[in-house]
Amino acid sequence: MHLTLAMHIPDGFLSGQVAAATAVMATLVVAVALRIADRSIDEHQAPLLGVLAAFVFAVQMLNFPVVGGTSGHFLGAALAAVLLGPWLACLVMTVVVTTQALAFADGGIGALGANVLNMGVLGALLGGLIVAGAVKVVRPNHTLYLAVVGVGAWVAVMAGAAATSIELALSGTIPLGTVLPPMLGVHAFIGIGEAFITIVAVSGVLAARPDLVAIGCGRPLPVVLAPPRRHPGVAEEAS
Amino acid sequence: MPPRLFVAIALALSIGLGLAVSPFASSAPDGLQSVAVKHAFADRSTAGATAARAPAPGYAFPGVRDQRLARGLAGFAGTLAVFAISMGLGALIRRRRWTPATTHLS
Repeated sequence: MHLTLAMHIPDGFLSGQVAAATAVMATLVVAVALRIADRSIDEHQAPLLGVLAAFVFAVQMLNFPVVGGTSGHFLGAALAAVLLGPWLACLVMTVVVTTQALAFADGGIGALGANVLNMGVLGALLGGLIVAGAVKVVRPNHTLYLAVVGVGAWVAVMAGAAATSIELALSGTIPLGTVLPPMLGVHAFIGIGEAFITIVAVSGVLAARPDLVAIGCGRPLPVVLAPPRRHPGVAEEAS
Repeated sequence: MPPRLFVAIALALSIGLGLAVSPFASSAPDGLQSVAVKHAFADRSTAGATAARAPAPGYAFPGVRDQRLARGLAGFAGTLAVFAISMGLGALIRRRRWTPATTHLS
């Protein structure tokens, strides 16, 4: 049977301990994300949550060829973090990755925690941190901001590839020194595609609805851990 | 652009990509897969067992012979499904926030 696996780890690659440990970590992060979302989500963000999950799912299906007869696909964690803040992004990615495993057998059920961490949580938190940090420290103009978004997206993919390699090594599937270089090598290219798609999507949202970008360059400084709640009725912040 | 129009356009774009573009995506082995094949641990995968429990394994809509059509339909259904689940999750979180137990914070 031909299965289009992705960076998604299938069952059988991870040891029981690694699968259990990553499942616990992913569950904890989702619990924290739900608590923070409770306090920070605003009325615009509920539909955005749905649309972003739809976009991430659809674009993850679009494998593009990279070097050496290998393909790669968009992950979307950094995009979700920029648009929704890192914690809501974790929730969006969890919905996408879980649906992929349960409905489409893309990624294992036992490996679900690892896949949520590698493709969702790591990228969302790291990508969000990079972009929010750069916005806070440098206060970039539009072009530099988009470049930073691209860097965040690239780093998110590399972090996911590194985490996948470490989990495979800890599972005794393959030594880290053997798996890490080729995983980082191929994902360095996949990350360029990720950066490109993320920049295009963020540009599109900035052009249409800049207020929907949680970590933007023209907004008041974002608080990384809890995006500021925009009160219904207060239309636009004075700038 | 009004919020509803934005949501409608973004959703239409996503559904369009899932339905009409995904059948033409590259089917070459992806990053992890190619590393697994090259370093001879691909055969450890028990993805077949996962597939046996999934309604549309490998993004192939059940009962559709044509591979491209099956993938497009799976993309369509999956995109709508995650949209609905996430919208529901967002609505659930928002509803929770307005209950007396949580509003006393402000």
